Amino acid sequence: MSPWDIIYNFFPYIGGLISGALSSVLPGWAVYVIMALIGIIGILGFAITGNLAMVWAERRIIGRMQVRLGPNRVGPFGLLQPIADAIKVLTKEDIVPRKADKLLHFLGPTAFLIPAVLAWAVVPFADGTILTDLNIGILYMLAVSSLSLIGLFLAGWGSNNKYSLLGSMRTIAQVVSYEIPMVLSILGVVAIVGSLSMVDIVKAQNIPFIVLQPLGFIVYLIAATAELNRSPFDTLEAESEIVAGYFTEYSGMKFAIFYIAEYFNLLLVASIVTTLFLGGWRGPFLPPYIWFVIKIFLLFFFFMWLRGTLPRFRIDQLMALAWKFLLPLALLNIFLTGLGILAWQALGF
Amino acid sequence: MYGTGILKGMALTFRHMFRKPFTVQYPEEKLPLSERYRGIQFNWSKERCTGCDSCAKACPEGCITVATHPGAEGQRIVDRYEIDLRICLYCGLCVEACPFHAIVMGKNYEMANYDVSKLYLDKEFFLTHFEEWM
Repeated sequence: MSPWDIIYNFFPYIGGLISGALSSVLPGWAVYVIMALIGIIGILGFAITGNLAMVWAERRIIGRMQVRLGPNRVGPFGLLQPIADAIKVLTKEDIVPRKADKLLHFLGPTAFLIPAVLAWAVVPFADGTILTDLNIGILYMLAVSSLSLIGLFLAGWGSNNKYSLLGSMRTIAQVVSYEIPMVLSILGVVAIVGSLSMVDIVKAQNIPFIVLQPLGFIVYLIAATAELNRSPFDTLEAESEIVAGYFTEYSGMKFAIFYIAEYFNLLLVASIVTTLFLGGWRGPFLPPYIWFVIKIFLLFFFFMWLRGTLPRFRIDQLMALAWKFLLPLALLNIFLTGLGILAWQALGF
Repeated sequence: MYGTGILKGMALTFRHMFRKPFTVQYPEEKLPLSERYRGIQFNWSKERCTGCDSCAKACPEGCITVATHPGAEGQRIVDRYEIDLRICLYCGLCVEACPFHAIVMGKNYEMANYDVSKLYLDKEFFLTHFEEWM
């Protein structure tokens, strides 16, 4: 293998080395378990590093969009600010309201974080760099990521606070509504590829699907923004209306877990959009994982840009957008994609 | 057209990203002060002060204490000259009332202190800080 091949397929190469070394000592199942653990730790490391980087980048870039500087005191360019925040949050008092449902209050952040972590199992970082190539990858991703709603509702109900309950109720209404156009907009991609596997979807993209599915891309992006509860769809926090929404009563590390889970979800959505519409890890010259990170960052910049620009939707406008605008567009997209595929086959390709 | 407003807004925020930030990095940079700015930096001149008590009378808060005793040629000799910055409101009436410009206000405003007793300026303080503040 040439050095370029090693750099190009860095993670499969390292994985092959480790599993080769282990299999000479340990039985097959033990090697499998150890390799899976290494993969999980690697993905978590990537997600947490990405999380810290995104928190920093978001605060800096939103700051510049508002013609101010953003954090620049801790470390060079404020790079250590997320670490300082983490230390602050870890050392803060963990307050549980006296009349809260203690169990649910405790379970809320956990149930919110776990789905955000689970869904990373099927994200293809590069060729062969994926934890499990499920043949129903995208379906698994959608199913798991909608579980985080349970965490939101536990948090809202368990806090025993009117703002928490209000925030979580309207978030659930919002997320359930936006899930429908989101799933329908993915169907176009799935119909073209003919497979639900994330790896197959990337391998089918000789041209990125954003060219073939512009409508699906736009609908998915809007619905995903709403799904993430990010501005301009951040009705669950809505500081000016309901204090802080579902995490009004959370402090310390539990609050931080909500925060982390939101950024995990953001990173996840960015990687799904990359995989489905932007050609995944594929790209010229650079190694695939670099391309993947570049595309994720571009999407993340787009989300920040939206946040820096648009004001918050009113809740009824939000629902109207989902049901009256995005849902018909998603259905139209499926119809047009079907016609396109039929035409493509009739032309004999 | 539908949606052009969003595009315009996005273009605007993108342009703003390359503007010079308005932030003033306070401890390193400071905004210029007005010529007539009344800072906390009181400055009392031992030579000019006649101990006439005009400043103490002019003070609406009564935070200036002047105590004198008669000297050999009938002049007043100032024993105590104290300003209580805890209740001073920096109105500058004492400066206006002084007939000999014995008390003036400088432009320093960074006198925050952890020890509240340091906000009570006595004669010793004025004498030791006269050169450095003038």
